[in-house]
Amino acid sequence: MIDFALIADKLPSFLGATDGAPMMSTADGLLMTLELLALSLFFGLALSVPLALGRVSKNKWIARPVWLFTYVFRGTPMLVQLFIIYYGLSQFDWVRSSWAWEYLQSAYVCAIIAFTLNTSAYTTEIIAGQIRNTHWGEIEAAKAMGMSKWLMMRRIVVPSALRRALPAYSNEVIMMLQGTSIAGLVTLADLTGVARRIYADTYQAFEPFLVAGAFYLTLTVLFVWLFKRAEKRWLAFLGPRKA
Amino acid sequence: MIKPVFALGALSLALCFNASAETLRFATDASYPPFSKQAANGKMVGFDPDIAQALCKAMKATCEVVPQDFDGIIPALNAKKFDAVIASMNITDERKKAVDFSDRYYNMPSRLVGKAGTTINDAWFKGKKIGVLRSSIQEKYARDHWAKLGATTVSYGKAPESFMDLKAGRVDASFVDAAVGDTDFLKTPNGKGFAFVGPEYNEVKYFGNGAGIAVRKGDKALLDRINKALKQIRADGSYDAVQKKYFSFDIYGK
Repeated sequence: MIDFALIADKLPSFLGATDGAPMMSTADGLLMTLELLALSLFFGLALSVPLALGRVSKNKWIARPVWLFTYVFRGTPMLVQLFIIYYGLSQFDWVRSSWAWEYLQSAYVCAIIAFTLNTSAYTTEIIAGQIRNTHWGEIEAAKAMGMSKWLMMRRIVVPSALRRALPAYSNEVIMMLQGTSIAGLVTLADLTGVARRIYADTYQAFEPFLVAGAFYLTLTVLFVWLFKRAEKRWLAFLGPRKA
Repeated sequence: MIKPVFALGALSLALCFNASAETLRFATDASYPPFSKQAANGKMVGFDPDIAQALCKAMKATCEVVPQDFDGIIPALNAKKFDAVIASMNITDERKKAVDFSDRYYNMPSRLVGKAGTTINDAWFKGKKIGVLRSSIQEKYARDHWAKLGATTVSYGKAPESFMDLKAGRVDASFVDAAVGDTDFLKTPNGKGFAFVGPEYNEVKYFGNGAGIAVRKGDKALLDRINKALKQIRADGSYDAVQKKYFSFDIYGK
């Protein structure tokens, strides 16, 4: 049955304890997962707002490359993207002798690059979809106020699209949380990586992965709750009128 | 449409039962040349699978050799995914707690592979990264001895991944079974400029007394058959025939 002693014994290693082994980073386990997630979501979102504007642009020299980017990154598994960036790039001498190697050398940076590009592709499509969905009344009103195109984008379309993108974006955040679990395959010790290490050390598979799963589930519940609160606040204007 | 599907299902079911009745399943590491490697047709080739086949011939059984990543190989054995493990697994006290081992079938030291001309001493390890195979004896040794000298271990699921990162400069050395470092890296074009550095490592506490074949704890019947077969293939020359295929020197050890 479930070996609770083992779980109690190994729990600290999920929370960044050293487990008697040298740490691969300063933050194994939970912190590593959260760092990877937070950084890639931050950079991903920052990239995807301008990209979404490009995606809906009428200028096809802007729209087409963005379309290509989102299709390539949504059309290939994140694991493949990570392997290409981590193992693939390192095989070229010119990459290894360039300034970028200082960064690409680290598995941590490679993982963040791969995750950022992947999430930004999805988020771009989410936001672009909501920009297209902007109610015609809002646009007409903005035009009637005499707003220029960019002012209208900045004050009306983008803020409203970002609000309406919240429910879909919360799904993306949760998918990314689960997605970070592949970081262990390029030597990082995130939650799954720590679970694999314990599995390899103790020859017990059930307990470490059960604990890792419990961490992911807890984080997911937490994120769902946070997004529900955010939607209540920022999407209230779409709800039914209160008496 | 439905009938042929059922028939096919019944047939494959029958085949399964038939196979499990007289086939011994050996697991080996999916990628640990020259000891094991998956050929293009999916079959496992190398020293370990060949020894398994020789053993089965001596035991008059049919053998199937299946690949399995090393870090999950003991749990999978205990989960009855296969009957025995022949995966260059060194016989250590730690592992004896989880499985039973046959007599050794070879004994090779472990070595560091690094830039040719590197001098290895305690001071060298400071700030260095050492690539190892996850859950290997080398990983354990590196953590216990070199961590306090300031080195970090980087664990990989497969030996070739650690060699790729060694070539790319992400790790300063790979710590592996000498035969693997030689065949899988140093003798390939990728290994140019690299060499074995430092001494041979074979401290019994960590590296045990060579590599053995693992069976589930208490599976004494199979263990006795394997040990008997091992003696037989050592005596009748079939061990040497397999060894000659992969090595120009004796790897059985003294």
